[in-house]
Amino acid sequence: MSQKKSSERSCLLRQINEVSFAVNDMLLYLDTHPDDEKALKFFKEVSSRRNQLMTEYAEKYGPLTIDDAVKNNETSWKWSQQPFPWEGKGV
Amino acid sequence: MWNYEKRLQYPVNITTPNAKLAQFISSQYGGPDGEIGASLRYLSQRFTMPDRTSMAVLNDIGTEELAHLEMVSTIVHQLTRDLSMEEIENSGLGPYYIDHTIGVWPQSAGGVPFSSTIFQSNGDPITDLFEDLAAEQKARCTYDNILRVVRNTPEVADPIRFLRAREIVHFQRFGEALRSIQEKLDANNFYAFNPSFDNPCKASCGPEAR
Repeated sequence: MSQKKSSERSCLLRQINEVSFAVNDMLLYLDTHPDDEKALKFFKEVSSRRNQLMTEYAEKYGPLTIDDAVKNNETSWKWSQQPFPWEGKGV
Repeated sequence: MWNYEKRLQYPVNITTPNAKLAQFISSQYGGPDGEIGASLRYLSQRFTMPDRTSMAVLNDIGTEELAHLEMVSTIVHQLTRDLSMEEIENSGLGPYYIDHTIGVWPQSAGGVPFSSTIFQSNGDPITDLFEDLAAEQKARCTYDNILRVVRNTPEVADPIRFLRAREIVHFQRFGEALRSIQEKLDANNFYAFNPSFDNPCKASCGPEAR
């Protein structure tokens, strides 16, 4: 993969990490504050943003979850060959 | 049931191996206050919580702890994967290397294998939630101890700081879960009966039995 494409990929993954963190932190907050309307609204925003970015990532670089495993017209199984997160180097 | 996401909760990119740090940090994988113990504790205790809120808190924090043990074991893996034989022999990692090469295996910094005896699943929600509050503080302290050692290694300190901050958020959520249970109990004696076992209290510990 070219350097430019690799850095675009890590930039998108970074956005996914950030928005997923917001989703996770709000999830725990809402577990104990189920009637907080402001929090619910924020959850809805970050959750839908996360879904968009996950789809975009799967279309451009391959799946991060099994739900996105065959997003394009794949002719081979990409899921197993996607980098594992402990490999490092920005993947 | 769980689905896997092929990413870490917070990125770990360690470029310089360090056998000594790997041995210290592995304690937060399989040590007495580590992430394996945290996830197994919460995911075991959730079954006997008395309401959906406290079940949700244990279920969702237990799930996040699985993401944390993946981060900690990634740190250990990346700190050990390019070590030279000299570094292994001179760093104190030698005994671990003899048994595991550089495979990731859950043990404490002192070499004690992971054991479920480090946590309790008591079946009384107040007892279990107090243990969970203490567990989050113990893990936070261990991360503080690690941070003093890794202060000059930003690529290690950065993900450790993230994990430390999560302990504080979890402590807050467990406190709220505990409060929500206590609000449903007799304020004069929270401990009159076990709401997950005696409700309504039929055992000799209940007020009507006195």
